[in-house]
Amino acid sequence: MTDSKYFTTTKKGEIFELKAELNSDKKEKKKEAVKKVIASMTVGKDVSALFPDVVNCMQTDNLELKKLVYLYLMNYAKSQPDMAIMAVNTFVKDCEDLNPLIRALAVRTMGCIRVDKITEYLCEPLRKCLKDEDPYVRKTAAVCVAKLHDINAQLVEDQGFLDTLKDLISDSNPMVVANAVAALSEIAESHPNSNLLDLNPQTINKLLTALNECTEWGQIFILDCLASYLPRDDRESQSICERVTPRLSHANSAVVLSAVKVLMKFMEMLPKDLDYYGTLLKKLAPPLVTLLSAEPELQYVALRNINLIVQKRPEILKHEMKVFFVKYNDPIYVKLEKLDIMIRLASQANIAQVLAELKEYATEVDVDFVRKAVRAIGRCAIKVEQSAERCVSTLLDLIQTKVNYVVQEAIVVIKDIFRKYPNKYESVIATLCENLDSLDEPEARAAMIWIVGEYAERIDNADELLESFLEGFHDESTQVQLQLLTAIVKLFLKKPTETQELVQQVLSLATQDSDNPDLRDRGYIYWRLLSTDPVAAKEVVLAEKPLISEETDLIEPTLLEELICHIGTLASVYHKPPSAFVEGSRGVQHKRLPPRAGSGESTESPDVGQSGPSEAPPAVIPSQGDLLGDLLNLDLAPPTATVPSVQPSMQMGAMDLLGGGLDSLMGDESDTLGGDIGGSPSMGAGLGAAPAAMPASLGGAPAVGGGLGDLFDLGGGVGMPTGSYVAPKTVWLLAMKAKGLEISGTFARRGGIIQMDLSLTNKAMSVMTDFAIQFNRNSFGLAPAGPLQVLTPLSPNQTIDVSLPLSTSGPVMKMEPLNNLQVAVKNNIDVFYFSCQYPLSLLFVEDGKMDRQVFLATWKDIPNDNEAQFQIKDIHLNSDVASNKLQGSNIFTIAKRTVEGQDMLYQSVKLTNGIWVLAEMRIQTGNPNYTLSIKCRAPEVCPFVYQCYELVLKN
Amino acid sequence: MIGGLFIYNHKGEVLISRVYRDDIGRNAVDAFRVNVIHARQQVRSPVTNIARTSFFHVKRSNIWLAAVTKQNVNAAMVFEFLYKMCDVMTAYFGKISEENIKNNFVLIYELLDEILDFGYPQNSETGALKTFITQQGIKGQHQTKEEQSQITSQVTGQIGWRREGIKYRRNELFLDVLESVNLLMSPQGQVLSAHVSGRVVMKSYLSGMPECKFGMNDKIVIDKQGKGGTTDEPGKSGKQSIAIDDCTFHQCVRLSKFDSERSISFIPPDGEYELMRYRTTKDIILPFRVIPLVREVGRTKLEVKVVIKSNFKPSLLAQKIEVRIPTPLNTSGVQVICMKGKAKYKASENAIVWKIKRMAGMKESQISAEIELLPTNDKKKWARPPISMNFEVPFAPSGLKVRYLKVFESKLNYSDHDVIKWVRYIGRSGIYETRC
Repeated sequence: MTDSKYFTTTKKGEIFELKAELNSDKKEKKKEAVKKVIASMTVGKDVSALFPDVVNCMQTDNLELKKLVYLYLMNYAKSQPDMAIMAVNTFVKDCEDLNPLIRALAVRTMGCIRVDKITEYLCEPLRKCLKDEDPYVRKTAAVCVAKLHDINAQLVEDQGFLDTLKDLISDSNPMVVANAVAALSEIAESHPNSNLLDLNPQTINKLLTALNECTEWGQIFILDCLASYLPRDDRESQSICERVTPRLSHANSAVVLSAVKVLMKFMEMLPKDLDYYGTLLKKLAPPLVTLLSAEPELQYVALRNINLIVQKRPEILKHEMKVFFVKYNDPIYVKLEKLDIMIRLASQANIAQVLAELKEYATEVDVDFVRKAVRAIGRCAIKVEQSAERCVSTLLDLIQTKVNYVVQEAIVVIKDIFRKYPNKYESVIATLCENLDSLDEPEARAAMIWIVGEYAERIDNADELLESFLEGFHDESTQVQLQLLTAIVKLFLKKPTETQELVQQVLSLATQDSDNPDLRDRGYIYWRLLSTDPVAAKEVVLAEKPLISEETDLIEPTLLEELICHIGTLASVYHKPPSAFVEGSRGVQHKRLPPRAGSGESTESPDVGQSGPSEAPPAVIPSQGDLLGDLLNLDLAPPTATVPSVQPSMQMGAMDLLGGGLDSLMGDESDTLGGDIGGSPSMGAGLGAAPAAMPASLGGAPAVGGGLGDLFDLGGGVGMPTGSYVAPKTVWLLAMKAKGLEISGTFARRGGIIQMDLSLTNKAMSVMTDFAIQFNRNSFGLAPAGPLQVLTPLSPNQTIDVSLPLSTSGPVMKMEPLNNLQVAVKNNIDVFYFSCQYPLSLLFVEDGKMDRQVFLATWKDIPNDNEAQFQIKDIHLNSDVASNKLQGSNIFTIAKRTVEGQDMLYQSVKLTNGIWVLAEMRIQTGNPNYTLSIKCRAPEVCPFVYQCYELVLKN
Repeated sequence: MIGGLFIYNHKGEVLISRVYRDDIGRNAVDAFRVNVIHARQQVRSPVTNIARTSFFHVKRSNIWLAAVTKQNVNAAMVFEFLYKMCDVMTAYFGKISEENIKNNFVLIYELLDEILDFGYPQNSETGALKTFITQQGIKGQHQTKEEQSQITSQVTGQIGWRREGIKYRRNELFLDVLESVNLLMSPQGQVLSAHVSGRVVMKSYLSGMPECKFGMNDKIVIDKQGKGGTTDEPGKSGKQSIAIDDCTFHQCVRLSKFDSERSISFIPPDGEYELMRYRTTKDIILPFRVIPLVREVGRTKLEVKVVIKSNFKPSLLAQKIEVRIPTPLNTSGVQVICMKGKAKYKASENAIVWKIKRMAGMKESQISAEIELLPTNDKKKWARPPISMNFEVPFAPSGLKVRYLKVFESKLNYSDHDVIKWVRYIGRSGIYETRC
């Protein structure tokens, strides 16, 4: 039997012939004719003129013929509504047929005919079919409700079909359940606020039961529906996860991805210290890797999703770098996606391997891929500092290949490397300049010009180089023109004597000959600056540049949250919210991850989940710089202290959405310190039992707790009336260990001078003389700035107080703990050794107030891994008092922001050795516990800075 | 959900067009043709968005299958469905070609009506479909009521992949363990990545509704048994078991049971199907080692020497061995000497292809070639694609062993012992590359 002949009839008068055949008495001939009609329809010919003749063939015993006629009807009924009515009777009759396949066929087809009059007749048969004894008919009828809803939503509601559909969720047949779920989910999507799906633990249980029994497609419908459920608590969340995890072994990738979506979402609610949480994380990796052995199209979908998952929970795949290595025969779309993920997973541990791969890729054929690989090498340099040198040399190798687009990409990324690590790799400039002529892309030209301008003082012929670009100024793209203008102005400021002519030339080109307003404006600004105040011009143009961030294309956190809720769908492939590509009301509803675990009543109020992400940005600081606006528009008026309504869960919920493992740290930390301080019952309880041990991630500072304890043992605060807090003296050297000399002391910073206040007591029988003091090498180079001034001999039972000024110019050696100081004191009797710990605030310098912009850029620039979070408990100060208090100790508040009753203070501290510490303190009105996030390039100082905060605020 | 499904030939002519949703118009058919099939560029993504309409496509030989939607559909599901659609069509009429599609267009429409309803995929198991989509339209009338309800309960039922009442005189089953071993090796012989992706394919000819249980030397299972049972032979079981990174199963396998007990139990479909897929990365037996040596002699000559070593029991024979050594585009002539097999320079493929019919384990062989190059002024260096290899070996490179496959059918009077079982292991090269 060959049907292909139907495709070939193209004669004139064909319609007429077909008409005759359709009306033939012979069944076979009729069928042949209908087939021809369908074939014509497929290739796009208009055969609607045959409508009555085809419909006449509908009354037949031949199922195949019937299906063909139905197919025709579905296509043309809309254009011939009046004649379509002729078919109604047959449909209604078929809905009563003894054969369930025919009943189902009739109801299925009727739903596809979008003619009002037919729809009216559909209601009764549909009602019957929804309650049909045969599951095949019921599952078809369930989908038909969705069809009808698409045509006439009101009708469906009026007829009560939605309730019947809801009942089908409890059907005994799993496929009926699955289709009912699919239909309800779709209808619910167009009514975002209706409680149509009405998911509760009972229905969830039914769905989970059906999940084990229905077809692969049904499993997808059910899992997608489950993902929109919000479990009441972490226990329910866990039990659903447990029943969903077996799906990760399904052969169908879509089932796997939908299961991953449910798990990723519900995991949010599980406490991180739960064993099951860790188990779940481990279970997620293998199926994700397996998806990469699927067909390329599915690999692509999987990779786009993995890209999201890696951003949300990097820990899942951090050891799986190798599976993302590009294979020679991968389709280009798979290659590009793999490359993206490789960069995201690159870390110090695997950078060598990654670089070797990238270098390999840079020699491939596909231009886009090669470019991306070169760019990736640059990103590795910026991301993993230790690899920067190797990356630069790899890039230089690539430049030597002289392949045009490779050279251009390399120059673009080298520019970024220069900005990230100033004064380190400029030796390569000469090599770059050799390739000046081959640059023909605006981005590469602009990058090269930037380099020449920035390092004009080191490039002998910088003026010649820039002049050569100037010749074709008007043919350049705006990007290049702007860069050229700036570069020449820079050059002029650096070498004013030789380049006056050049700068005038470019200024006149920009201001007089250009139509581009941006260029003109920039030209005028420079011109005026240079002519009125060259010094100011220098300050503006040659200002220190803000640091560049290492992760350039991270998805903004709120969007990422939403996309995680859409794993497996088109949204996750496009990395866009559904509202960006779906028309109408569907998909407009934004999805959110559930609020984080431990937040008691949070699930009760949906607001918590909603507000969570909006509060998240300050800690992450999104790349868009919208926070900048917020910070600059701050309201500086002090907030009125409102009467507290204690809501710790709110704050925690928001915090935890940040992910990144901070909160487990926070839980642990607060528990440990809470114990030492002996204060309020541990906050960590809300997060589940936190392990008592100090987390390793705090850096090598095992003695923090102990050190703190010592400081607290002192009891009540003596403190100086003004300036920084000074702890009372403690005994550092016991008399019995030092032949009768007892030393107690403390540290203070007064007006920028660091002092060690010592009390020397002679508990021996003889007089002590000839005192001297020396320090061992220490972390911050503290050293006595002068001799120990004990001028009179120390008689027995006498005490002398001395103040020893300290400098920070001594030899440096990292101590354990960081703030440890080993001291040797000599007198006429012997040399004695003791060690003490100084508060880090001693080293906070007076000019530690960072510029807001710089703060923003720096915060972004410091890797999130370096962020540490702490809780400061039992502080009953409002944010302004706290801020003043901290300022006394040189902890400067740069900006303040109030979001929904939470004050966020952004603070900076500079240490004597130039290390900047950035902090964000959140104060919830009425909550005595502050949350402190500290970011610093040297993360090991964070706990000590936290100590200072606590000391200062509590005294 | 899926709004429409189109099938095109290589020229972009529509062979099949079925629209499920009102939001997809006829112009969608043309949009895909113009923007994707007729696009000059290479395909950059299997998902294309044209005027807020998303197109998913897969290609089978020169036939394009495209699914269209305007909603935020489950993308993974759409692709899985398209693959399934290909499987179903292949099961009905063989190869997917323009001719076959034209010859069976009525059947295809009938199938599309059945397996997609309003864009929602329905039961698409060929076993079930073949019971009622037969292309003999009249059959419907001669079915008894019982037969009809049997069909519907199978299509919608828990065991949608098998029908009742299957009978064989001889109960027989075949198990094929098919593995493809993938390797990426550095020129220095360092394994950059290696994994085995395996499949267990089963052909079952069993009567009734047999309950099967499949066992293999899965490390987790063996270790668990070792713990519970005697500890007579410690270490031995450890050596013989393999660590499976991940596995996925045909929908007949009870996943929750696998999750809790790690046992693989199922009622199999009739005939051939894929029971499971798995992936291993640990302790892989790499059947061949390729040692490349490429030397550039001046600008116009290249010397290549490649040694291959077989690394398995001497009693076993590898077959269909093929080594593919890429040559630069500006190659003008090649001289090859090989110890074994035949080697040829294929200019059209830019490669020297060296074929060896058979090779026993623990042997080695080598080829050396001199490649003459035309002088070019092309600045771009030759990319040196990796040397790839193909082969087939009669064992499983992952070390997987089938321990048992038990069959229980309580209603019929045959037992596990009456079933004739065959097991076969085939290891093939996947992407087996050595950089040079």
